[in-house]
Amino acid sequence: MDGIHDLGGKHGFGSVDKSGDALVFHGRWEAAVFTMVNAAARAGAWHNTDQFRHAVERIDPAAYLTQGYYGRWLGGLETLLVEAGLLTTDELQVRLAQLGGSPRDRVAARPALEPAPLGGPPQESGSQRSVGAATFSVGDQVKTLGYGKSTHTRLPAYARGKCGTVSQIHGGWIYPDTNAQGQGECPQVLYTVTFSGAELWPEGDAKMSVSLDLFEPYLVAVR
Amino acid sequence: MSDNIEKHQLDKHHHHDSPQATRAEALESLLIDKGILVATAVDAVISRYAERVGPMNGARIVARAWSDPDFKQWLLADATAAITQFELDGGQVEKLVVVENTPAVHNVVVCTLCSCYPWAVLGLPPAWYKDPAYRSRIVREPRVLLAEMGLVLADDVQINVWDSSAEIRYMVLPQQPPDTLGESESELAEHVSRDVMIGVAR
Repeated sequence: MDGIHDLGGKHGFGSVDKSGDALVFHGRWEAAVFTMVNAAARAGAWHNTDQFRHAVERIDPAAYLTQGYYGRWLGGLETLLVEAGLLTTDELQVRLAQLGGSPRDRVAARPALEPAPLGGPPQESGSQRSVGAATFSVGDQVKTLGYGKSTHTRLPAYARGKCGTVSQIHGGWIYPDTNAQGQGECPQVLYTVTFSGAELWPEGDAKMSVSLDLFEPYLVAVR
Repeated sequence: MSDNIEKHQLDKHHHHDSPQATRAEALESLLIDKGILVATAVDAVISRYAERVGPMNGARIVARAWSDPDFKQWLLADATAAITQFELDGGQVEKLVVVENTPAVHNVVVCTLCSCYPWAVLGLPPAWYKDPAYRSRIVREPRVLLAEMGLVLADDVQINVWDSSAEIRYMVLPQQPPDTLGESESELAEHVSRDVMIGVAR
């Protein structure tokens, strides 16, 4: 989806703040969110990583930018728990009030009224799957799709409509675009595609490249 | 970092300092009531990621690559297989690719769409790796951003950025500092920081 999460190449975020970076968790609550996300999967709130990533992408965009990584996870987690019927927003508001929380604080979670169906049983055995022969070979020139979609995808906006070179072929992998929507694993060949800085950016550094791992449906041949 | 220091830091930053901390606390108590969360699970996670899963694992792998040319070849050709020599426990590396720095080439890793990171070899990512500033800029102006972060690269050094957009995970194999030749693997591992394995230091 064309969400706030798709940050590659955006301007205006300033310098990288490395303070406190030796800590794994900044506060017990971050570890609690990490733990709850995994517990929620065991309870059936989400069935694969693609569903979880998409839930994080669907949270309130302002909260995405301001509430930090575990704030984003909390928003995604709450979204999935409500959508799965394991929690109601009212229940959480009541408990929040009991603990002294303010009902006026910005809430990251954005549960859908009619959520996409959950994708069957939990994913058991990793993400690699057998698939037919790869269409492209190492060294081939390929062009990425020029448009986005409203649902989950792993082609970043900055790499749309760009020409690159296939540098590795990784065999078949679960396709996040369908898996996140509960539409099945639909395995696709995964490629590493390498783009020059000049192809990606008007001011691109002549001595840089960016490599992305892209699924075959994102790519077309360049004649 | 020892578990005691980690717990002390967690206590110091106790939860009532942010709205999302309070909301997380409310959710935690509800999930315990509902039987979805076990009350002791959070402390177990803190211990695990403070003690057993972290960049010390990647450092051991780098140290072996510096000591053993055959292992280095294997690591660069098929890191997923090569790291089975080590007991790793972090998840998130179904397939690992290790990319090698040379005098002419520098590698740096990011995930612009979320925060994919090779947990089993580097632990959980630092906060800055997941923040918008790093994710937005490293794919567009890596030389400028790396210099801001303290790594000045000459204009003729090629910078290869790896944006982890699927389930492949990336780790950088740094160059061995020349003054460490002949050291043991455990001594060498002491020189390898998390930041050099991400590629924001060298």
